[in-house]
Amino acid sequence: MSDPVLGLTMLGLIVIAIMMGFPTAFTLMGLGMIFGYIAFWAPGQYWYDNRIFDLIVQRTYGVMTNDTLLSIPLFVYMGYIMERAALIDRMFHSVQLAFRRVPASLAVTTMLVCAFWGIASGIVGAVVILVGVIAMRPMLNAGYDVRLASGVITAGGTLGILIPPSVMLIVYAAVAGQSIVKLYAAAMIPGFFLTFLYLVYILGWAIINPKIAPKLPPDQYRLAVPDYLKRLQRGRSKRVIGGLIAAVFRPSMVEGATAVDGRPAHYGVIVKDVLSAAVPVALTVATFGAAWWYVLIYNAPAVTTAVVSAPRTVAVAPQTAPAEPQKPQALGTPEQMPQELGEAETEVKSSEPQRSADAPPEEMSSVTEPGVTGAGKVPAHFFEWFWGLAAFFVLVLAYYFCRMDGEGLEILKELVVSVVPLGVLTVVVLAVILFGICTATESAAVGALGALYLAVMAKYPRQVWWWSLGGAIGGVVLGWAHADFVELLVSGSLGATFLGTVVPVLMNLRTSAELRQNIKQATFLTAKTTAMVCWLFVGSALFSAVFALHGGQGLIERWVLSLNLSPMGFQFTAQMIIFLLGWPLEWTEIIIIFCPIFIPLLDHFQIDPILFGTMVAVNLQAAFLSPPVAMSAFYLKAVAPKHVTLNQIFAGMMPYMVIVCICLACMYIWPGMTLWLPEFLYGQ
Amino acid sequence: MAGVFCAATCGEPVESMNARRVFQTIDEISYWSGKAFAWLIVALTFVVSIEVFKRYILNAPTAWIFDVNNMLYGTLFMMCGAYTLALAAHVRADFVYIYLRPRGQASLDLALYFLFFIPGILGLIYAGYGYAADSWRIAEHSNVTAEGPPIYYFKTVIPIAGALVMLQGLAEIVRCIECLRTGAWPVRLEDVEEIDVIDTQLAHSEYVDEESRHIAMESARAIDEAARHRSVMEEGVVHERAIKKDEQKKP
Repeated sequence: MSDPVLGLTMLGLIVIAIMMGFPTAFTLMGLGMIFGYIAFWAPGQYWYDNRIFDLIVQRTYGVMTNDTLLSIPLFVYMGYIMERAALIDRMFHSVQLAFRRVPASLAVTTMLVCAFWGIASGIVGAVVILVGVIAMRPMLNAGYDVRLASGVITAGGTLGILIPPSVMLIVYAAVAGQSIVKLYAAAMIPGFFLTFLYLVYILGWAIINPKIAPKLPPDQYRLAVPDYLKRLQRGRSKRVIGGLIAAVFRPSMVEGATAVDGRPAHYGVIVKDVLSAAVPVALTVATFGAAWWYVLIYNAPAVTTAVVSAPRTVAVAPQTAPAEPQKPQALGTPEQMPQELGEAETEVKSSEPQRSADAPPEEMSSVTEPGVTGAGKVPAHFFEWFWGLAAFFVLVLAYYFCRMDGEGLEILKELVVSVVPLGVLTVVVLAVILFGICTATESAAVGALGALYLAVMAKYPRQVWWWSLGGAIGGVVLGWAHADFVELLVSGSLGATFLGTVVPVLMNLRTSAELRQNIKQATFLTAKTTAMVCWLFVGSALFSAVFALHGGQGLIERWVLSLNLSPMGFQFTAQMIIFLLGWPLEWTEIIIIFCPIFIPLLDHFQIDPILFGTMVAVNLQAAFLSPPVAMSAFYLKAVAPKHVTLNQIFAGMMPYMVIVCICLACMYIWPGMTLWLPEFLYGQ
Repeated sequence: MAGVFCAATCGEPVESMNARRVFQTIDEISYWSGKAFAWLIVALTFVVSIEVFKRYILNAPTAWIFDVNNMLYGTLFMMCGAYTLALAAHVRADFVYIYLRPRGQASLDLALYFLFFIPGILGLIYAGYGYAADSWRIAEHSNVTAEGPPIYYFKTVIPIAGALVMLQGLAEIVRCIECLRTGAWPVRLEDVEEIDVIDTQLAHSEYVDEESRHIAMESARAIDEAARHRSVMEEGVVHERAIKKDEQKKP
């Protein structure tokens, strides 16, 4: 009872019907219902016995039990809580202080904060308005070029939908039947590469033409050094670490001096400072320790027993190596290192205000280092890499602490409060997913809990500390019988997060209207977003089944194949269509309705669906920055000073569009940039 | 169809109280049910987190956790469908739609509610009812693991959620008719929006100048609405292109 003509009619109708502006989920459901009824129509059958009813309910139940989509509400919830937990203006302020000596420091800060904040939030409008309010006026007051200022905000604001953990990639994973984990791994390097290209562009422009981004007058970034720290500074370079450590043993050194709030400095202030100063060290040690544990302990049993518990790299690499002669045999283990280090540097970057003027590009390039080094080029010696990099970081930290003055310490304290918690949470959530330690769903849930923890922590630090301590002890006690040292560590921190979140929330829920409101908002918004995405899935699942039933999909495939496109021609055409669709449509519709049309064809052209998905994600960045239709420009215009015109904002966005296209071209020319990390982590 | 409504009532553009009572009651039902089921996300977060602890630390995984996760997630999104519809938050490709006058929008919507929405959702309710009834009859249990938990409750969600969405759809149809009569969209109840994070963020900011802070906080929703329709909002006035203003007004 199927008919290709009906299939074609369906395709024509769907385009028209979607454009009529009816909620797309119901448009698809209705079209699927009507055409399916016709397809299943059999003469002599009761009207209510049509098999379309089986199809619709099976498809709906399929979406309800889809374990890829299961992680959507959790990631969305994590995002909504995170964006309420960490204060972006404080983050901006501290990052700006850390980068004050860099050319175009305000623009660089804006880009970094946008990228970082976008990871947490992922809502373009909110990011652009917030950063527009916080950064636009300071940039214009400092004499920055209007185009530079507006371009950086709009381009940075859209980054959040690309860099993992992004909901868009989960939706693509569900559509294409790919693993979320692989897609996240694939999007990591292009995401940071794009950020890196943006930064190169800003810095390059600012260095070639310093007039567009004048240096800030010194009085705008000087930080007041409290009285007691002034006493601890030594010598002409005002080094503070030595004095601080001495003061721990001789508190009389700061007696009578005042702290920030004007009260006399007491011993607690010094201890707090020392702890803050120890944070970069702790982060570095933790990252190296985690790398060591992952490579030598976590993966070790997999080598000897090759258990099926988790698809570990080490277990996979020796098996795949013979089939892949260009890769050296022992590639699995040692290559782990650069990736971990890439993260180490991300952490260090956020926690450590570097002195040298060229710090950001240097650091950003080291973040992308795993991609540049590529497969097979890394020396196959884990220990050499490990200790070499460890020594390098010890030197960097030693240099950093030696040069630290009172002002530096103040900046570090600001960073520790504003950037580090969110940064650590993000890195942990991503690392746990990427290294296959637990599933995306699990890590999203723990991430949501962690975000809630940070939100409560920001308001009730004292209660949270004490309950966390209790929780940590409880966790260790519970895990004592079963766990080794690392598991006890995890157990303790899970217990701390759990108890430190639940009890203070319950205790303060009655008294704090703000806490109640934040939790309510995040919960209801999550429900709304999840329902929007998943109902669209229900509609499109029914529609695509009926479409295939009528042979519509086969018709499209035959037609595309008859065009005799080269793989490049196909890739270009597909990306071009998606780019054009990105103007009028939201990403949800593009990925859920239109990507399934291309995905079955990928096999014929031998394009990896993961590469295709990542390129679509990058491509949509360009679509969302295209001048006449880009929403972010309108958001920015609404909060910018009046003399900034819409055309100036569009002019500022144009170069970033070109950069996205360059990034896409790079991804096409070197598929390894995208596919190296997933292949390396999970094998072929 | 649309023409008939309009021709009959264009003379007196007064909002009918009866119609308003109908869709506001239905709206409240949808809001209430959606918000009640929204809390399942908190349950889901805790269930998964506790399972992480149990599985990785205590080495005692729970057999039925996979089913429970699915049930929480599936119930969450299905039961919130009506709430999302009541908030007009289901994604729509509105790049042509926004340039129509309210009456044009309403007649288009009304026609499509009858053409697409009602057949689709009626089919879902009918099919879901049979599906759930079968499941109840055999007291179906999940087959993911041996002795899985019962899933007939979970399957019952489909017809119930379908019925709620249908109810909300009727409210939307009444809204369309009201709009055709009066020439303006009836106001929706106020609810939380994504853009409200601006308020939360800027309420505590220390480093932002007062003026731009207040502009952003006060008009965040209007800015959002305007930008979605590709127009600019300045000093409370929407420039360049006309948009639906009624939806921004607070009731």
